[in-house]
Amino acid sequence: MNCIIIDDEEAARLIIGQLCTQVDDLDVIEEFPNAIQAIKFLNKESIDLIFLDIHMPDFTGFDFIQTLKNPPKIILTTSDKNFALEAFEYECIVDYLIKPVTLPRFLKAIQKAESTPALDVSASPSSTGEVKGTSSEENDLYINIDRRLIKIDIPTINVIEAKGDYILIKTEKQNYTVHSTLKKIEEKLPEDVFLKVHRSYVINFKKIIDIEDNSVLIAKDVIPVSRSKRPELMRRLNLL
Amino acid sequence: MNEAPNLSYIKELSAGSEEFEEKIIGLLKREFPEEKNEFLNNYNSSVFKAAAENVHKLKHKIGMLGFEDGYQTTIAFEEGLLKGEYSLFSKFMLILDSIDEFLKNL
Repeated sequence: MNCIIIDDEEAARLIIGQLCTQVDDLDVIEEFPNAIQAIKFLNKESIDLIFLDIHMPDFTGFDFIQTLKNPPKIILTTSDKNFALEAFEYECIVDYLIKPVTLPRFLKAIQKAESTPALDVSASPSSTGEVKGTSSEENDLYINIDRRLIKIDIPTINVIEAKGDYILIKTEKQNYTVHSTLKKIEEKLPEDVFLKVHRSYVINFKKIIDIEDNSVLIAKDVIPVSRSKRPELMRRLNLL
Repeated sequence: MNEAPNLSYIKELSAGSEEFEEKIIGLLKREFPEEKNEFLNNYNSSVFKAAAENVHKLKHKIGMLGFEDGYQTTIAFEEGLLKGEYSLFSKFMLILDSIDEFLKNL
């Protein structure tokens, strides 16, 4: 089995790493001091097991699990017994270790992990935990703001505006400023609903209230439409 | 306080690896005084939520250094801090001070 360790505490990572050296065929591929870095890693790599701390600043272990579409087996490591009940709500969690972790208890957890069948492998060719919600059919888009992944319901997006190195995502309820580009977010949005009408604007086509000359009205925003984009906009309209 | 800090857990974990022992002891020597100071600053400034976070981090180190009753005291103190109950402060400080002294002499 290969595994990764996610814990904000260096001593805890060191201890789990040391315990792993005492198990044959258990390789620590990588260690992470926070969940966000691990999510990026899991988008590229396939792993069998995660040792995951629950109590981490900004992004807890449970927040992390919820970002995994097809999670590998997870062994929780924590100094807090109060999370045990919540842990059992997740099928991917095979055991729950209280710190400081002893070798006999660790070995028992590994045995449990080895004897537990891999989860939901049919949904994905590997046990990689990929970040969910970026496909249009799911209607969810996760954006990273201050090291938190915030879910946006794609159909609620009205307009996206480029602002230098950032984009401003305006939804029905709230606006979000994210460090990204229009090109990147366009790739995550359904083409039949979203249209780039100007070099600085992508609009939700279904939210148009009216169109006048070289602009469209969406909610209370008047969005400019480039001359080059106007034919595409007109082609999509269901004109009487 | 009947308990004293010790290296039994670390020795058992190391399985003879001196490299691991040096690393973990070096880490404890470096991080413990910093975390203790941060806790005291927050506690003395009545920022009890942050102080509870500090205690949460210290709790693992207290357990690593062989405290069992002391570990339970730490759990109770952490919970108390979040509820506005501070009576275990002196008991908790005895644990921290004994670890401080122990690490200085390693």
